[in-house]
Amino acid sequence: MKEIEILGNKDTRSGFGEGLHEVAKTNDNVVGLCADLIGSLKMDAFKKDFPERFFQIGIAEANMIGIAAGMTVGGKIPYTGTFANFSTGRVYDQIRQSVAYSQKNVKICASHAGLTLGEDGATHQILEDIGLMKMLPNMTVIVPCDFNQTKQATMAIAEHEGPVYLRFGRPVMPIFVKDDAKFVIGKADTIFEGTDVTIIACGHLVWKSIEAAKILFEKGINAEVINMHTIKPLDVDAILKSVKKTGCVVTAEEHMRNGGLGDSVAQVLIQDFLAPQEYVAVNDKFGESGPPMELMTKYGIDTLNIVEAAEKAIARKNA
Amino acid sequence: MENNDLANIASQVRRDILRMVCEVSSGHPGGSLGCADFLTVLYFEQMKHNPAPFSMDAINEDVFYLSNGHISPLFYSVLARSGYFPVSELGTFRKIGSRLQGHPSTDKKLPGIRMASGSLGQGLSVAIGTCETKKLNNDSSIVYTLHGDGELQEGQIWEAAMYAAANKIDNLISTIDYNGRQIDGDVEDVLSLGNLAQKWIAFGWEVLEMDGHNFEDLKATLAKAKSMTGNKKPIVIIMKTEMGQGVDYMMGTHKWHGSTPNPEQLENALGQLKETLGDY
Repeated sequence: MKEIEILGNKDTRSGFGEGLHEVAKTNDNVVGLCADLIGSLKMDAFKKDFPERFFQIGIAEANMIGIAAGMTVGGKIPYTGTFANFSTGRVYDQIRQSVAYSQKNVKICASHAGLTLGEDGATHQILEDIGLMKMLPNMTVIVPCDFNQTKQATMAIAEHEGPVYLRFGRPVMPIFVKDDAKFVIGKADTIFEGTDVTIIACGHLVWKSIEAAKILFEKGINAEVINMHTIKPLDVDAILKSVKKTGCVVTAEEHMRNGGLGDSVAQVLIQDFLAPQEYVAVNDKFGESGPPMELMTKYGIDTLNIVEAAEKAIARKNA
Repeated sequence: MENNDLANIASQVRRDILRMVCEVSSGHPGGSLGCADFLTVLYFEQMKHNPAPFSMDAINEDVFYLSNGHISPLFYSVLARSGYFPVSELGTFRKIGSRLQGHPSTDKKLPGIRMASGSLGQGLSVAIGTCETKKLNNDSSIVYTLHGDGELQEGQIWEAAMYAAANKIDNLISTIDYNGRQIDGDVEDVLSLGNLAQKWIAFGWEVLEMDGHNFEDLKATLAKAKSMTGNKKPIVIIMKTEMGQGVDYMMGTHKWHGSTPNPEQLENALGQLKETLGDY
């Protein structure tokens, strides 16, 4: 089995902070907006080096989205930064009308997504945001898997004309994407090639899927692992190519089962290639306070859940 | 521009509004008629703008955002009469395939529209964003907005009001259509705004008042507002208007906020408004 080298351990939000700082050096139109969470979003370096392009909005997320939309008139590329909950649900109508419908070049950058926000609990642990954002016409939805990929994605979206939702998180996780990898929106990365089952994951669940694939390999199962960092537009070709080979699928995400990556993949399978699919996702529940990794286990989105789901999918295929 | 010329344009704009909403039996004539004099003065006399070719980025142009997007018939008429798109296109308002959506949108690429509006309360934030971009671009032109008074019940307006004062957004002139009426009745009864001028003063804005149907006052107050830009404070004009202005049976009531005249009522209304520039 191919070795995956761990290049370090960092949080994906720090990848956003570095990526924003980096892209601002070469793109004068990049501006940053924050709703009183500079430290949490790791926007300190950007603020320090580009103070004239940094806008502290205060605790007023609706106003932040509106200002960002207005800033595009005249050519700026606004990156808004706050927690995922306040980046989506709280401001859905502002995003819908002033960003998505108006086709404005706003980059909505959302940290602390999902259960791994941890101790703050369910008020802050949004698990519906991918669904909310992917339902909006014109919106691109990206969920990078590690520090390096988040940094690369943060820089890449400046070159993409149109609204983007970029989702990342708080926990320190292994870095395994090479620092010189090129991020291509809508082009999935195959991490392991396999023949027995396809595991399609995004965000923190990509690392969990790598761990699961290793366990499955010990059991004699060759899992193909796909990092589906772009939920929309979805890399349909990558899904079909893999599933036509393996015949069954597991989708894994730190999100509600309703409306997430799994549902996007299911739509493809229903229309183009029927195959058993198992979901690893939170099933219609709010989260709770606790250490991030323990929450992943409790809510059924951990490594062993992926292993079990893979075995079940294979059993259904062979039934 | 002479008051008489402005009045002639406004009369034609009012005819356009009434004919547009009557044809599709939908739309919002009341507020559209009430703001017709204001928007005519803004586009034909005050704003520095370039109808063709339309530039979304509006570099070195003044920008206007209609935050109360439901008075789109007025916006469309003034844009067409200003040369943004053919006047004949007004006849497509609210019909399938039209660029003139029920509420303004950018997706149909109608020249003159820079932001969708309709869901209320968002235009002030949007305008502030464009103000910030103009400052970054060293562009000294001005951003204008129009809001309904009922719209001020939306919380986002006050988030934006606080930001604008705190951040010295002084290239912004907002106008409130203070007609005292909204769909369900008088603003005072639905949800009172209290002392509106004092609210804006308390939020740190320069506050002006103007008569929305007096061309002399409209010109003088808008000119005064322009002269006050660049002084580290945002500016708001509380504009007293009459919903349904220009059509006797539509005035003095909230009834025509969102309901439209039948053909007979239209004929009556058109009889009160001179055709000055030719109907579309």
